[in-house]
Amino acid sequence: MTEADVKVVYQRPLGLTDRVTHYCPGCTHGVAHRLIAEVLEEMGELKNTIGVAPVGCAVFAYNYFDFDFVEAAHGRAPAMATGIKRTLPHKTIFTYQGDGDLASMGMGEIIAAAARGEQITVIFINNTNYGMTGGQMAPTTLPGQKTSSSPLGRDVETQGYPIRTAELLATLDGAAFVARRSLHDARGIRMAKRAIRTAFEVQKQGLGFSMVELLSICPTNWGLSTTNARKWLAEHMLPYYPVGDFKVSTAVSEMKIGGN
Amino acid sequence: MALELIKGNTAVAEAAMRAGLVSYFGYPITPQTELLEHLSARMPELGRAFVQAESELGAINMVYGAACTGMRTMTSSSSPGVSLMQEGISYISGTELPAVIVDVVRGGPGLGNIAPSQADYTQIVHGGGHGEYHLIVLAPASVQEAVDLTGLAFDLAEKYRMVVCLLLDGFLGQMMEPVELPNFQPLRTTPPAWAVGSPDSKERVVLTSINIDPPKQEQFNVKMMTRWQEVEKNEVRYKGYYLEDAEYVVVGYGTAGRIALTAVRAAREQGHKIGLLRPITLAPFPAKLIDELADRVKGFLVVEMSNGQMLDDVVSITARRVPVEFYGRMGGMVPYPDEIANAITELVNGDHDVNADGRAKWLAKMRETVGTGE
Repeated sequence: MTEADVKVVYQRPLGLTDRVTHYCPGCTHGVAHRLIAEVLEEMGELKNTIGVAPVGCAVFAYNYFDFDFVEAAHGRAPAMATGIKRTLPHKTIFTYQGDGDLASMGMGEIIAAAARGEQITVIFINNTNYGMTGGQMAPTTLPGQKTSSSPLGRDVETQGYPIRTAELLATLDGAAFVARRSLHDARGIRMAKRAIRTAFEVQKQGLGFSMVELLSICPTNWGLSTTNARKWLAEHMLPYYPVGDFKVSTAVSEMKIGGN
Repeated sequence: MALELIKGNTAVAEAAMRAGLVSYFGYPITPQTELLEHLSARMPELGRAFVQAESELGAINMVYGAACTGMRTMTSSSSPGVSLMQEGISYISGTELPAVIVDVVRGGPGLGNIAPSQADYTQIVHGGGHGEYHLIVLAPASVQEAVDLTGLAFDLAEKYRMVVCLLLDGFLGQMMEPVELPNFQPLRTTPPAWAVGSPDSKERVVLTSINIDPPKQEQFNVKMMTRWQEVEKNEVRYKGYYLEDAEYVVVGYGTAGRIALTAVRAAREQGHKIGLLRPITLAPFPAKLIDELADRVKGFLVVEMSNGQMLDDVVSITARRVPVEFYGRMGGMVPYPDEIANAITELVNGDHDVNADGRAKWLAKMRETVGTGE
């Protein structure tokens, strides 16, 4: 094989460190990390970005992203991001949060940040359970879904109904771009990357708050193989959590995205 | 510069601006609100960051984020709000970040009321949040002193990369006094090398309070405790009145210390050799001085607007060498000078039993005079 035959088609993006992650095999956190890193690299924002890590499975996200990072208390990432962004308004600031962190503990902080039109980007991982602590019921757990703290299945009579976070935040005027995508297949991943790009562009152009909810699999706590977990997501999560753009402000709809 | 008549809360807010405050995050709560209101107008006027947060939890975590940039940041609240902030205070301390918190203390527990109190001593001085950490705690007794200590608070926070609390009470927050405001200090425009977003850092910066490896967490705690020893060595501040020939010493801080001074002066006029120790730093506490005094005076009287939270520290230091009596008012009540004068007389004429429980004696009298409301 000559040199001319060799072409790199896939490599680790510059925004990720070489460190091996602690995520379980098959978990889509790695996919989400990669998409963020690719987007920030393509936008030329790697040196200008500060991330805010959550409490939950992604608590060590700062070990994997190769730029400045801070670590928030459980649920408080949007408040912490607000403090950084208001101090350094020209930096790109994003939070990376799971469903327990964002939709349970931190619901006050996320709603307030969105309502203020805070110029931050939120990447929200919805895998319908508390992964880090071993698969307990989350605000996003589906009706009837068994978890380690709803062993008979979530009973909506006593445990209430799941929260559709993207739809909820889309009602707020300060939210400029709110979308949901799914990481269960290749097409979904491609669509997720475009939405993440849009979300960061919204921030860069100062158009308001942006959030992308990413439906994710949790093979370990769901007790499923990776393949079956992806099927379970498609069969059970997609009907309850449809993918789509729930808020695209007029300014965002007219926004031009350069490059890729 | 001419003196201006300014309310305590407003004066602290303006002093913070002049000390180079880059960002402020807060939530309205009486009796602190004028501080937030003043900054809501002044910070945007000078192109600086102001956010009225959704809660004290939001405010303290915004401060946490802003503190990660190493630029001067602050929040203010009153007792119930500060209770909510304890989570963030622990995290900020665990990340070695500089930040300033103003607590304008009110009567409690619970919702309590909006009257002046000193009942946050324990949660501020001895740590209301989880884990081992210390705050530097500054307790002024006048609006001018509050202004002067505001600038010091930012300097100390940066020097030691710690949280500094300016501990006021509703009296100091609401009272108007003539003050001389300091000049404007230059504003930091970029983060220092240790902070996120710094143009000067050689490598990427990660700021976190997590130490998942217990030996590393223990090492961190040893490091922070060693830093606290430095603070104890360098930063003790107090004001002593008539201590040189004192036979008895009254110990009180803030508003209680100021009222006690009136009672001490009255006792001096009657020929009693009474001194006053007014700690300005509650942490680090003037323990060495109290220890020395315990070897040469006949007794102490601790005066607080609480149930005797600083009293425990004085009793611990004096170790029953001399009697330590107590006089306090609680729940938003403020003592009159003659109440303290009576307590001084009782101390001087008392039985000097070093083993007597000063608080129990005080509480028995309180049941008779104030009652339990039942």
